Amino acid sequence: MVADYVEWLRREGRIVIVGASLAGLRAAETLRAEGFAGELTLVGDEPHEPYDRPPLSKAVLLGKASPHHTELPHRREIDAKWRLGVAATGLDLTAKRVRLADGDEVEYDRLLIATGVRARPWPKEEEARLDGVCLLRTREDAADLYRRLRAGPRRVFVIGAGFAGSEVASACREMNLPVTVAERAGAPLVGALGGVVGAVAADLQTENGVDLRTHVTVTALVGDAVGRVRAVHLSDESVVEADVVVVSLGSLRNTEWLTGSGLGAGPRGIACDAGCRAFDFRGIVTDDVFVAGDVARSPHALFGYQFLSLEHWGNAVAQAETAAHNMICHGADRRPHLWMPAFWSSMFGVNIKSVGVPPMGEQLMITQGSLAERRFVGVYGYQGRVVAAVSFDNTRWLEFYRGQIERGAPFPVEYPTVDRRPEGRRPVPAGFPDPSLPTHGPMVTLSGYSPADQQLVFHPARH
Amino acid sequence: MPHASIARQITDYANRADPYPVYEELRRTPVLHEEEGGPYLISSYYDIKALLHDPRISSDAANVAAAGGDELDRTEETGGLPPSFLRLDPPEHDRLRRIANSAFGPPHRPRRIENMRGEMREIVTGLIDAFGDARQVDLVDQFAYPFPVTVICRLLGVPREDEPRFRAWVDPLVASLDPAAGPDRDTDAQKAAREARMQLGMYLAGLVEERTREPRDDLLSDLAAGRGPDGSLSMMEVLSTSVLLLIAGHETTVNLITNGMLTLLRHPEILQRLREDPGLSVNIVEELLRYEPPVQLVPQRTCIADIEVRGVTIPKGSRIWLVLAAGNRDPERFKDPQRFDPDRGDIQHLGFGSGIHSCFGAPLARLEAQIALSELARRLEGPRLVEDPPPYRRNAVLRGPRHLGVAFDGLR
Repeated sequence: MVADYVEWLRREGRIVIVGASLAGLRAAETLRAEGFAGELTLVGDEPHEPYDRPPLSKAVLLGKASPHHTELPHRREIDAKWRLGVAATGLDLTAKRVRLADGDEVEYDRLLIATGVRARPWPKEEEARLDGVCLLRTREDAADLYRRLRAGPRRVFVIGAGFAGSEVASACREMNLPVTVAERAGAPLVGALGGVVGAVAADLQTENGVDLRTHVTVTALVGDAVGRVRAVHLSDESVVEADVVVVSLGSLRNTEWLTGSGLGAGPRGIACDAGCRAFDFRGIVTDDVFVAGDVARSPHALFGYQFLSLEHWGNAVAQAETAAHNMICHGADRRPHLWMPAFWSSMFGVNIKSVGVPPMGEQLMITQGSLAERRFVGVYGYQGRVVAAVSFDNTRWLEFYRGQIERGAPFPVEYPTVDRRPEGRRPVPAGFPDPSLPTHGPMVTLSGYSPADQQLVFHPARH
Repeated sequence: MPHASIARQITDYANRADPYPVYEELRRTPVLHEEEGGPYLISSYYDIKALLHDPRISSDAANVAAAGGDELDRTEETGGLPPSFLRLDPPEHDRLRRIANSAFGPPHRPRRIENMRGEMREIVTGLIDAFGDARQVDLVDQFAYPFPVTVICRLLGVPREDEPRFRAWVDPLVASLDPAAGPDRDTDAQKAAREARMQLGMYLAGLVEERTREPRDDLLSDLAAGRGPDGSLSMMEVLSTSVLLLIAGHETTVNLITNGMLTLLRHPEILQRLREDPGLSVNIVEELLRYEPPVQLVPQRTCIADIEVRGVTIPKGSRIWLVLAAGNRDPERFKDPQRFDPDRGDIQHLGFGSGIHSCFGAPLARLEAQIALSELARRLEGPRLVEDPPPYRRNAVLRGPRHLGVAFDGLR
């Protein structure tokens, strides 16, 4: 029976993918590559074919790449029905139907949800509408911001010093634009990499001419008579004049359309098992709804089976491939998604790369190079194990540390390494902020053990 | 009957033409330690890859010397120059390599190599035209050797009229790199090499001084100028870096091109495809770097801590040989590894190494080999091997034919 169903599905079933971005496209390609011959529909709320986002905060802002030409290369023909420019607005699990914003409904036999995340908007709507207040997530956002930067604003103000905000600041400085960055924490990148590495990022910014303000929040954006943003008010009562404000406060998961559907979906994403099958709100795994990419939360064996949400390019690809494979094969042939978290960034001429889950780390050791020279490898430890590593301009060593994480190698790192400095002999506290406070851009979020977790505030299993 | 150790079989000249059966035997013991004080031989793909990224492995010449030196490595006679970045660990390695790179590639010089494409094609055309009416050539002496030497001269900024003089110093130096040229080889050759190195050093020093006064668009000018946050190289560092680029910049490329033509002549159907589609040269060169890598093994590494590989503990201070050519044919990594197959989808070879010492000149070598092989394929009518196998150089590390007789019916 079951075997027959899978054979039938592969031959003439209907698969719907909601989310036409990196994960959606790669899943579609994998389905076809693995022999799915049925009907394939891709639904996407943006009017474009899938495109690549990492260049939008880097090369595009510098004018080295056009925001309109970052389409993702197609690996193969996918022969799909495209429903672009139409958002999915609801899901009926019983009838197996996706409702669309134009009133249409699409029926599926198996569904893949890859709706990703969107930029967290400035919370005060009236201020957010001021001309010059920008977000950076989509191609249109990037085109708009590029145009504004090119126009030579007197000052750019970036709210939030996560990776995206820092990359914007870096682009501004490269264009010789005055830029102020405001960060609630004590340094940039603190949520993703902790305070020790954050301090290095802070030096990097100030030395490159960024006016970095830490331990402050923005209290108000003020416009002029014609509705253009003019100034930013800060919690330390200072006022900064600026004509472009980039709101870089992290992201929101696109799960609202699933409210009431019965899926285990909430602000932290959609919970799924290691095989990418979605959980319902009771914690029972579904068998015809799969999840991949930024919107997914899945348990990871290497990190104590906590649910991980990863906003990583490589994760989106790997999870999409695994989900697609599992959607059209028999149970015994399914694969777990056990991707090693990894991300990269470049700012102020420095390449930053990380593997593992730095925010899990309690302690940090600089095993190679030196913080002061801003060329180093830092290793994060949690309860006697290596759980992550980060490199500044030292990418080529990370593969080794990846292996250390995979085998749960002991921490502190006691063996000698080439270029170990005296400062790297002892571990120091990694300096992550209280995890119950929301941060704007950790990129990797540990979100506890419950598949039905719908709370925004969580308490990780850390004593 | 006691048979020779595998390490000795690798260095044994009798196995030079086809070392692959020895490597196959070697892979049966992925971590092989044959004698007290001898090297640990690593031959599986994944282990080599891991150790190339392992910060407990040192390339520092001083560490290698402390570990008892290496029979494959006695030729690094530096002639008074400081060690090049090939033989250093971070942070010195990183600084020197960064400065060298700022003269060579992106982000500072993104088009330096690409811009030589036209010039390379001209050099190749000239060399093939010079075959004239001959219907048989030695591809090594008449093509695979002069081509990269000319290219590296131009890249460094050696004036064209000095090239013959320059070649006269480089030849004995390269000859002396052969590990078989040990103390028991004729001392005349050694003396010649020392003399050549001194002459070359003095010549380069003169050029560097000139370029410091009057910079041009070449590598020596950039090396001498040393822009950027890392400051500049000392004169001695400029010289040791230039000599490294000079030697490494062509010795391996000679073998890549020669091994390439030899392999293509043994696979005429692929040679024919290349003739029809020069674009295939990209995949062919990658597959060559897997199938017949010009650097067969990396002998100059030591471990600075006890490390465990496949359950074997390699004690601190041991010498390690990473046998790239064996890893490149590891069936655990490559399907049908003994087959030369430019169509394989995934050719992540170890031919250029990996990690911080991965081949500095890789973009140059790739382009040279692609142009050389596609032009030879296009222009030689009915090419065939005169002798198979051809005579090989003695060197087991930088392995390749000493001569490659190729007969053909005419030129196009």
